[in-house]
Amino acid sequence: MPLLEVNDLNVRFGTQEGEVHAVNGVSFALERGEALGIVGESGSGKSQLSFSILGLLAANGKASGSVKFEGREILNLPEPELNKLRADRISMVFQDPMTALNPYMRISDQMAEVLMLHKGLSKRAAVAEAAQMLELVKIPDAKNRVRLFPHEFSGGMRQRVMIAMALLCKPDVLIADEPTTALDVTVQAQIMDLLGELRRELGMATVLITHDLGVVAGFCERAIVMYGGQVMEQSPVDPLFANPTHPYTKGLLAALPRLDADRAMTPIRGNPPNMTGAPKGCPFCPRCDFVEEACADVMPPLAEFAPGRARACHRSIETIEEAAA
Amino acid sequence: MIVYILKRLAIAIPTLLVLIIASFLLMHTAPGGPFTSERAVPPEVLANLNAKYGLDQPLWKQIATYLWNVVAHFDFGPSFSYKDRSVNDIIAQGFPVTLTYGFLSFIAAVLVGVTLGVTAAIKRNSWLDYLAVGISIGAQVLPNFVMAPILVLIFTLSLHWLPGGGWSFDDPRFWIMPVIALSTSYMASIARITRSSMLETLSSNHIRTARAKGLPKRKIIMRHALKPALLPVISYLGPAFVSMITGSVIVDVYFTTGGIGKSFVDSALNRDYAVMMGITILLGTLTILFNLVVDIVYGWIDPKIRY
Repeated sequence: MPLLEVNDLNVRFGTQEGEVHAVNGVSFALERGEALGIVGESGSGKSQLSFSILGLLAANGKASGSVKFEGREILNLPEPELNKLRADRISMVFQDPMTALNPYMRISDQMAEVLMLHKGLSKRAAVAEAAQMLELVKIPDAKNRVRLFPHEFSGGMRQRVMIAMALLCKPDVLIADEPTTALDVTVQAQIMDLLGELRRELGMATVLITHDLGVVAGFCERAIVMYGGQVMEQSPVDPLFANPTHPYTKGLLAALPRLDADRAMTPIRGNPPNMTGAPKGCPFCPRCDFVEEACADVMPPLAEFAPGRARACHRSIETIEEAAA
Repeated sequence: MIVYILKRLAIAIPTLLVLIIASFLLMHTAPGGPFTSERAVPPEVLANLNAKYGLDQPLWKQIATYLWNVVAHFDFGPSFSYKDRSVNDIIAQGFPVTLTYGFLSFIAAVLVGVTLGVTAAIKRNSWLDYLAVGISIGAQVLPNFVMAPILVLIFTLSLHWLPGGGWSFDDPRFWIMPVIALSTSYMASIARITRSSMLETLSSNHIRTARAKGLPKRKIIMRHALKPALLPVISYLGPAFVSMITGSVIVDVYFTTGGIGKSFVDSALNRDYAVMMGITILLGTLTILFNLVVDIVYGWIDPKIRY
């Protein structure tokens, strides 16, 4: 039984312009200790997907489908039930460490409350453990700095604090929503190294949400490529990068700047789709080089074509590979 | 911190000086004077009066004398319209009254306003929200000169519960209607500010973090949301507190409380220069003081602000 199993998950937002279909029928499974990447550009629904798992959608958001944790349905559980899982079993690291920490509270108080709530520790013991956790994420002089306020840390240090806070209860699943997007490139690498180390040390399963393919390649075993709230391709990381089988994945890889090949990067033409209203056909078709008639009307099913690899495209793999040659 | 407070108090001195000189000049620019009346007053009498109150002196000398008396003797001079009463007397008699009902109004407005605003924000778009917003809009649009007679009509004339006017420091029944009349519109503003800033806070990223920690809703509100949500309310409270404790002419007139709100308006109408100046200085000083208090409270709440 997978540790976390997402089945036909849909997320919709009621807005004045109409219903926004942010996530449409996404399914995946996460095994114990596994690292899964969810890749897609801004607005592909990947963050909302992660929020919906822990019931953290904004007030106008609704999730439907199924999310099973250790075989137990947890989607749309009542708040008190979800609160037992949050931070204790399933933890989250958010995108922007500048705003995700409470600016009015000391780091010690923000971290200690997690341990006091879930582990029933006393304040003193909780703060001591928080300081230890800060040491684990390599914050120098953690014993004293635990007493500081968030604004007294740099961006990278704050993200370390966020990570330490998420790991306090040694969760089974860590969902990291673009943990390095808001950081300098040099700091990004440090944070990803740190996450990788901690993951191996604590044996957590990790869902890494990012638009950065390089980060996925270095960190994850398996990846899901999302576009327009739907899964385009799903595959172990190595074959995904060597032989992408979906026009969108291909486009994403071609849009990466490379140092080792003597060619300019090719951006994907067009803009991300408008997510208002129910999707019809493949969301990528207006931007796709391989588009054919059926694409605008019918969304192809996500079909397995090799062990562990699946794609959602009307065109055959051969057509797409030929074009590349 | 102490250095900061002392600095701010030092800056207050030139501010007050400008306030005094500006209002002194404005007052004298206004047509008419304290002894203008419909009856023709013999010029000799007028000259005598002007001489007695120093109004025959050049303006700069009047200002200088006034300032000297205020600073050296804390003497705001005699009233121009009430013989035998000094400005110090008028303030000493009226200010405790307005201070009492003003302070109580402040407490009531803050408690009810913040509670309404927070409730409305937490239960957004529920009947509780609509009720709270309804109450605060009602309180806002009902001016106190309409509210005051309605209160008298209900509680005095129909129910005979409360005295219709007058003031006593010993009997709280005299306080109730002035407090209701004065506090409602402030309460409404506080409720509106609290609601919108609480809604904004609740949708901020660090509240999502708090939810992801598994904290129960009550704790999220009390520990994580209340402080940032109240910051805009606090900056409103400084000036609001001053205008409340200095009373309201409507309350003073309708409930004959004898506070300085009425004296202030009367002094302006009668060109009672001394009373007008005295109360202006009192208001100015309190405003400066409470802006300082607001800034200190800000520094205490927001760790990014350190003096």
